[in-house]
Amino acid sequence: MAAANIQVSETPLVLYALRRADDALILGHRLSEWCGHAPMLEEDMALSNIALDLIGQARELYSYAAKAEGRDNDEDKLAYLRDVRQYRNLLLVEQPNGDFAQTLVRQLFYSAFADLYWRAMMTSRDATLAAIAAKSEKESAYHLRHASEWIIRLGDGTDESHARAQAAIDQLWAFTGEMFVVDDGERALIHAGIAIDPGTLRGRWLTTLSDVVKEATLTLPQNDWMQQGGRAGRHSEHLGHLLSELQSMQRTFPGQTW
Amino acid sequence: MVSERESELRQRAWDAAASVVDPEIPVLSIADLGVLRDVTLDGDRVEVAITPTYSGCPAMNMIALEIEIALERAGFRRPKVLTVLSPAWTTDWMSEAGRQKLRAYGIAPPQAASSRRALFGAQAIACPQCGSDKTELLSEFGSTSCKALWRCRACREPFDYFKCH
Repeated sequence: MAAANIQVSETPLVLYALRRADDALILGHRLSEWCGHAPMLEEDMALSNIALDLIGQARELYSYAAKAEGRDNDEDKLAYLRDVRQYRNLLLVEQPNGDFAQTLVRQLFYSAFADLYWRAMMTSRDATLAAIAAKSEKESAYHLRHASEWIIRLGDGTDESHARAQAAIDQLWAFTGEMFVVDDGERALIHAGIAIDPGTLRGRWLTTLSDVVKEATLTLPQNDWMQQGGRAGRHSEHLGHLLSELQSMQRTFPGQTW
Repeated sequence: MVSERESELRQRAWDAAASVVDPEIPVLSIADLGVLRDVTLDGDRVEVAITPTYSGCPAMNMIALEIEIALERAGFRRPKVLTVLSPAWTTDWMSEAGRQKLRAYGIAPPQAASSRRALFGAQAIACPQCGSDKTELLSEFGSTSCKALWRCRACREPFDYFKCH
């Protein structure tokens, strides 16, 4: 019999940690799908290394969510035994890899945000979150540099790579707004100094992106209509497929260990 | 007051833990790396604090296990290994001896970067083989989380660079 979904008591703090953990796990899983398929060996290693950093961040955040919840959930149960509607990640990170340009544009949008976000979170009054932020910030800086350099190469490369990079930017742009939105529960954490307000980072995020995109001879879309839903568990059809692979072992053999 | 016996015992526990090497870079001990943070004693029970290099570094599990084995071999019962995240590990903690061992092993030791946010950075990393600084970056991410892949244009040999973190 397949393992049943767990119940999670989503207090604002638990939900906060789960959202960041889910972002890191889902993006890490997406990148791991490139393993053995990247356009060249060096990129195969780079994408796998970035995936590893993200999955490491996810583990810390899930462990913290489990501790904050104080029931019998743990990092593994949170990752493997929640269904798609219980996942709280950004819609951006679950978008399929597409071509190499799409993967790197997704990475650029996320890393440019994560880099600023974790640096700001180092001042959190919550010691564990501040410590996770300090580690994640160092890693995000490398991820951002890697993605930025690739977007510049692709955009300022051939007609083909330019067109693909621009198409990826146009396609993924509508998923970026969700990064800066907070709900009431999270606003309370911001007031308490536990979380930071991502809305305050949007200007700098845009500057980072604009600099890269300009050097890449690409353009950012002017439309500001943004798609949301992931933070509340309303996902695109892609996440269910991703989870069916990510969770298949634990769903088939509940409690299985190495 | 810490008795002489206790400080001796602690030193013995520290030495045992410090003998553990990085499974990927066996010339470096976890003390050289700065991964070993603290050893505390409570009676004959010992607790070792280590700090992860990278969040997802798969070597950490193995290092924790090796520490337990080393301590048990040294006569400590039920050793415990704790992972501490703060303060976050940095390559600044790598000892000078560690840097020299790395170079001798063929890995360029970490160098303070001009700016880790500078794109296509013009960092000069000396080749650990021939010492030339005519080198180029092949990939920012190498065979493990902590390394980048470089190539020397003088001796034509590729080499690992231990990234600044």
